[in-house]
Amino acid sequence: MNKIIYKEQLSKDVFLMRINAPRIAEERRPGQFIILQTDEDYGERIPLTIADADTDEESITIIFQVVGKTTTALSMMLMGDYLPVLVGPLGKPTHIKNFGRVICVAGGIGVAPMFPIAQALKDAGNHVSIIIGARTKELLILEKKIKKIADEFIVCTDDGSYGRKALVTEPLKELCQSTQKTDMVIAIGPPIMMKFCSLTTKPYNVFTQVSLNTIMVDGTGMCGGCRVSVNNEVKFVCVDGPEFNGHQVDFDNMIARLNAYKSIEQQKQKCFVEKTFKQKEELV
Amino acid sequence: MSHLSAEELSLKAKEVIVQYIDKCDTLKQKERTTIPAQEMPTQDPFIRRTNLNEVAIGFSEEQARIEAMRCLQCIKKNCVDDCPVGIDIPGFINKIAHGDFESAAQIIKQTTLLPAICGRVCPQETQCQLHCAVGKALKDVDKSVAIGRLERFIADWERKKGKRILPEMKPPTGKRVAVVGSGPAGLVVAADCKREGHHVTIFEAFHKLGGVLRYGIPEFRLPNEIIDKEIETLNEMGVEIITNFVVGRTRKLMDLIEKDKYDAVFVGTGAGLPVFMGIEGENLVGVFSANEYLTRANLMHAFEKDKADTPMFSSKKVAVLGGGNVAMDSARMAKRFGAEEVFVLYRRTENEMPARKEEVQHAKEEGVEFHFLENAKRIVGDDHGCVKGIECLRYELGEPDESGRRRPHEIKNSEFIVEVDTVIVAIGNGSNPLISQTTPQIKVNKRGNVLVDETQKTSMDRVFAGGDIVLGAATVILAMGEGRKAAASINLMLAKETESETKKKMYIVSDM
Ligand SMILES: Cc1cc2nc3c(=O)[nH]c(=O)nc-3n(C[C@H](O)[C@H](O)[C@H](O)COP(=O)(O)OP(=O)(O)OC[C@H]3O[C@@H](n4cnc5c(N)ncnc54)[C@H](O)[C@@H]3O)c2cc1C
Ligand code: SF4
Ligand code: FES
Repeated sequence: MNKIIYKEQLSKDVFLMRINAPRIAEERRPGQFIILQTDEDYGERIPLTIADADTDEESITIIFQVVGKTTTALSMMLMGDYLPVLVGPLGKPTHIKNFGRVICVAGGIGVAPMFPIAQALKDAGNHVSIIIGARTKELLILEKKIKKIADEFIVCTDDGSYGRKALVTEPLKELCQSTQKTDMVIAIGPPIMMKFCSLTTKPYNVFTQVSLNTIMVDGTGMCGGCRVSVNNEVKFVCVDGPEFNGHQVDFDNMIARLNAYKSIEQQKQKCFVEKTFKQKEELV
Repeated sequence: MSHLSAEELSLKAKEVIVQYIDKCDTLKQKERTTIPAQEMPTQDPFIRRTNLNEVAIGFSEEQARIEAMRCLQCIKKNCVDDCPVGIDIPGFINKIAHGDFESAAQIIKQTTLLPAICGRVCPQETQCQLHCAVGKALKDVDKSVAIGRLERFIADWERKKGKRILPEMKPPTGKRVAVVGSGPAGLVVAADCKREGHHVTIFEAFHKLGGVLRYGIPEFRLPNEIIDKEIETLNEMGVEIITNFVVGRTRKLMDLIEKDKYDAVFVGTGAGLPVFMGIEGENLVGVFSANEYLTRANLMHAFEKDKADTPMFSSKKVAVLGGGNVAMDSARMAKRFGAEEVFVLYRRTENEMPARKEEVQHAKEEGVEFHFLENAKRIVGDDHGCVKGIECLRYELGEPDESGRRRPHEIKNSEFIVEVDTVIVAIGNGSNPLISQTTPQIKVNKRGNVLVDETQKTSMDRVFAGGDIVLGAATVILAMGEGRKAAASINLMLAKETESETKKKMYIVSDM
């Protein structure tokens, strides 16, 4: 059982939580994730990237967007509540070294997992350019925090409500075209964004690393539910990843697999929200 | 064959038993072989297709005694020779014949820790029942004494009685044993090391214990209640249990020894990593490994649609690839989730199928179809990346291979497409990669199986291993057998260390 020691709403649907987890806080490295359940018997297992950790406080930070039943239930949990199931850190840590010039592209909630990676790359001596983007101003998170570590920083929104009115791929392309050679691009965000970032960098032959967040069950390589096609080979995101060469990932297949249960999930979330509201009304 | 209910079978047995009850010890061998073999009572196939309750209900007392009287009490015990843990089979069966179930239980428990589980899932027809004298005399292995069912009967009888005797435990030794993984291998090691007085901690990656017993083998074949009971016993014995802990990730195996001061570690992490066929279309939406399909259904309770958050893919027509227990479990589970048509594709014939006979029989009764001498060549997708069919190829059997099974050959140009929306791949499991990925000190073979010596010791100091992680996907009883052996080696190693430590102490004391 792991206690939720801090909770904050970052934007309309995005929450930050710090959870007591001494062992995970000690072992985790940038790029790794946890799996949690909000109910021990009937909960679903969902993977979330570890956004930060504090070994003194013995806590890890997770940042999540409400998209389905489990994230809805999680968002309703309060400071002091306990998570019945939390396991990690899972996945291979990001390979960190001095690559030279690195561009970090984060879309939406992807800023959260990007933060520890960008920080580690910076600490390793890289020149770090950071591009963050969101649909609209309200959905931008952690801007101030991540800006601090950037050597170069660009914000864009799809609707132009803040920063540059552009998709993240636009500034990415410009940076790739600039005279300064880019040694690596890291893209984290919605699958469709990672797909287009990979397509953008391909002509420039810049190694592009993406971090995949597939459906998972066990997270230890036992079920194969997380599998993706990388360079026409089957890879398991939980043990072989979560990071892969974006130029080799079959994103269309991955997106189709992510949507396999969409209709059932939406139904479950709707039922849950309705039920919760009913209970609240009855209390009032 | 029409289905007889448990009540009908029990009534029939009550009538039959009066003929034999007084002659229990005096029956001639010939007479014994004429005693009617008892049929296992089961849930009606039409009803059980829609529920997860256990299919096989178990013998009534009279049935068990009649079945036990069929045993010839051989001097040369073929059955015992073929039992991986060497249970005194005629011994416990004789006690059942006399109605002394208590003594029967004691005999079984001398050699096996989990009889309720083994009685249900062991492949008896290829082990103890294979060379049984009765089966030989009647020239039909199916007519052998139903040893597994009798074992189960006794285990259930004892459980229902509700009284549980904790095994005797030696006083604490101060030594610490870490058990990684809580499948049958790990559970046995935990019990055997705890009995020796060591402090034992089980580390399990999942939130529930039992390994494949919990997430793989379905409730309709092995109810959770039975696994829970075994774990309760470990709990009462004082075994420490830590769930949600992935050794290698949450903590390195090395750190368990160096930082957490465990004196010995047992690795029983099982055969994770489902094998896929490497054919086109295997990543389409609607293709599952049996592990994923069954884990959703069993561990995550997806069958209880209203309560469970974990969704299950809704299927109409399902193809299951493979011929083992895992394939049978997947096919029967798909039926229970409401699939209209489920067929098993197997490239050899029924005779070569590795699944337990009883499971194949049950699957057939439940309406699962079998396509023998056929194999998948390609999975066909629609425009949305979902499964829409499976292209199959016909096979014929050729010469026997090393294993003695006739090798299947494909028939050229025999391709044909069957419409399906779901494909479940159940063709085997590789070894769980996590320990070898994170613990380079442990040597593994090409397939990732941990290498051990005859005492189950790995190439890493103080670390032992057993079960599927060593054997590749095997069986519950073999995993338990290896666990037993590993625990004995660990206990021996720790006893030696304690001895030399005491000697040292005495030396120091006498020196003063
Ligand atoms: C669907 C199915 C049906 C089967 N039917 C039968 C049958 O009828 N009869 C039969 O005899 N056999 C059957 N088997 C095979 C049998 O279940 C296995 O051989 C047996 O369970 C192996 O036991 P084990 O202890 O080695 O490992 P497992 O039962 O696989 O247990 C391993 C445990 O280790 C945990 N683990 C893995 N990695 C780590 C880690 N790094 N840290 C912590 N924990 C970890 C896993 O979560 C798991 O709980 C079946 C298997 C399946 C999949
Ligand atoms: S071989 Fe068969 S008949 Fe002989 S002792 Fe064993 S179970 Fe009984
Ligand atoms: S989540 Fe099951 S294998 Fe990756």
